[in-house]
Amino acid sequence: MTGRPKRVTVTSPRTAAARRPRHPLTREIDEQTRLGEVYMRSLVRTQFRLALFVCSVLACVVGGLPLLFLLAPELREAEVLGLPLPWVVLAGLIYPALVGGAWLYVRQAERNERDFADLVEAPMKTEP
Amino acid sequence: MSQIAAVVLVMLATVLIGAFGIRVSRTTSDFYVASRTVSPLWNASAIGGEYLSAASFLGVAGLILTFGADMLWLPVGWTGGYLVLLVLVSAPLRRSGAYTLPDFAEARLESMTVRRLSSVLVVLIGWLYLMPQFQSAGLVFRTITGAPPWVGSLLVAGVVAVNVLSGGMRSITFVQAFQYWLKLTALGVPLAFMLVAWWSDGRPGLVPGDEWALPLHGQDHPVYETYSLIVATFLGTMGLPHVLVRFYTNPDGRAARRTTLLVLTLLGAFYLMPAVYGYLGHVYGMAESDTVVIALPGRLVGGPVGEFLTALVTAGAFAAFLSTSSGLTVSVAGVIAQDMLRGGVRAFRVATVLAVLVPLALAGVARSLPVATVVGLAFAVAASSFCPLLVLGIWWRRLTTVGAMAGLLTGGGLACAAVVVTIIGGPHDGWAGSLLAQPAAWTVPVAFAVMVVVSLLTPSRMPRGVARTMVRLHTPETLNVDRGDWHPRVM
Repeated sequence: MTGRPKRVTVTSPRTAAARRPRHPLTREIDEQTRLGEVYMRSLVRTQFRLALFVCSVLACVVGGLPLLFLLAPELREAEVLGLPLPWVVLAGLIYPALVGGAWLYVRQAERNERDFADLVEAPMKTEP
Repeated sequence: MSQIAAVVLVMLATVLIGAFGIRVSRTTSDFYVASRTVSPLWNASAIGGEYLSAASFLGVAGLILTFGADMLWLPVGWTGGYLVLLVLVSAPLRRSGAYTLPDFAEARLESMTVRRLSSVLVVLIGWLYLMPQFQSAGLVFRTITGAPPWVGSLLVAGVVAVNVLSGGMRSITFVQAFQYWLKLTALGVPLAFMLVAWWSDGRPGLVPGDEWALPLHGQDHPVYETYSLIVATFLGTMGLPHVLVRFYTNPDGRAARRTTLLVLTLLGAFYLMPAVYGYLGHVYGMAESDTVVIALPGRLVGGPVGEFLTALVTAGAFAAFLSTSSGLTVSVAGVIAQDMLRGGVRAFRVATVLAVLVPLALAGVARSLPVATVVGLAFAVAASSFCPLLVLGIWWRRLTTVGAMAGLLTGGGLACAAVVVTIIGGPHDGWAGSLLAQPAAWTVPVAFAVMVVVSLLTPSRMPRGVARTMVRLHTPETLNVDRGDWHPRVM
């Protein structure tokens, strides 16, 4: 760990200005070093956990409703404002709920990506 | 009379806009360039316009009227499918750069064999989706003119073919976006008038103890069929060829997510209405069929206003036939031309004719099932083949070429077999009938299991560039990283 010399970019002074600056961690990802892979896997895992969470909530709601109607038959006949409860839920309330869930997901997914970008693009303060 | 005028108007407008579109976008690359300036709202409207087919516009209300509360799940699934698509697929799919599902298969698995198998499945799903569009076009045409059903089918198929061959429709996001708002208006305005009429009729409601309004009744195995319907619709949306192609017109993965969120909102707004049509149809004792949406405004609102509303709904229905069929035909024809013929403009023309003729012939021969039922079967096939491919391809590194092939063959094959048996030989009774009519609940888990197990058994067949592909699929575009150099082939 300590014996490795610090990496430097060897360039001629004439071309250095034309080069785009590359941050160390994006290069780790490009060269598929173990460190780069760790970062990539952490990003994929974070996003996948979020996706899985949303899908689980969705499965509970969507999968739970028929079960609820099956186990509690009196709910099938309940009425809200003169309309049957199953209709109020399935033909009305569920749509804004889906949109709300999607909105929350988009917000969190973008936040995860921003965090990853900040992490990868920040200059490394300490040697790994 | 006014209805025929409305149909002629919609068809003329479609052909004219298509012809005008040639000048606007002459080459495929124009389409790509134009895509960079399309905002999420336009893009989402275009997806909505293309997605809302005859099954949504007519079929959902018809099925709700026929089978009652259990069918409320159909529009819920067709909307909720976009939530699953959003969280599992949208951004990575856009970042993959794939233009079609076969493109994605090739980019991720680096295998032409998987690509070709995906192409076959895209064509099958497309045909299965087109067939009921043509069937119900014939049905609606018969309702308004008395002509035999094949006349309407042929008319819509002809306009679609001309339109796609002239190259217009597809290239302009604006046209498909307009179709969404037309369909929303065509269903919404008559509904407002009908609700007023219903109110002044003293708000007739259900008879107490009416079984129709209760969930879990009617079918042989309502619980199984409800769950299977949920699986097919929620997981099948991501595998529809004409939906996927629109994601390419987003500038980046973030915009793809925002577009999907808007699609969900637009579809949610639209799907609030068919259930009300079904409810009113039941309360007023309408005949149970796919054409209830057309017949209802005339029944509730009489006179010239009623006639105008009927014309409006009919125009919306034909807009639905034309937009969805055009989108599907372009997707299917593109895949046939590129992967089965040799590519190029001539191949695309031949492919377009094939893409329209086969489902048109099927529409004449096959048993006429409710349009939403057949479209539901197309969802089941998509859920059993492309859903596992996309989800595992995006999130699981260890997916192998052999595993993907085995999963696509098993899942797609089983679902297709169930569909064929149901359409040709059905309806079957008892458990066998339910399992075949709603196959997704067992074919989707089987497809996932086969893909995972075979992949684990063949670790040596993992694509070499998987690490680079993962970087491409998941890192935000703002990062300056190496994403590989794969690009979809442009026709």
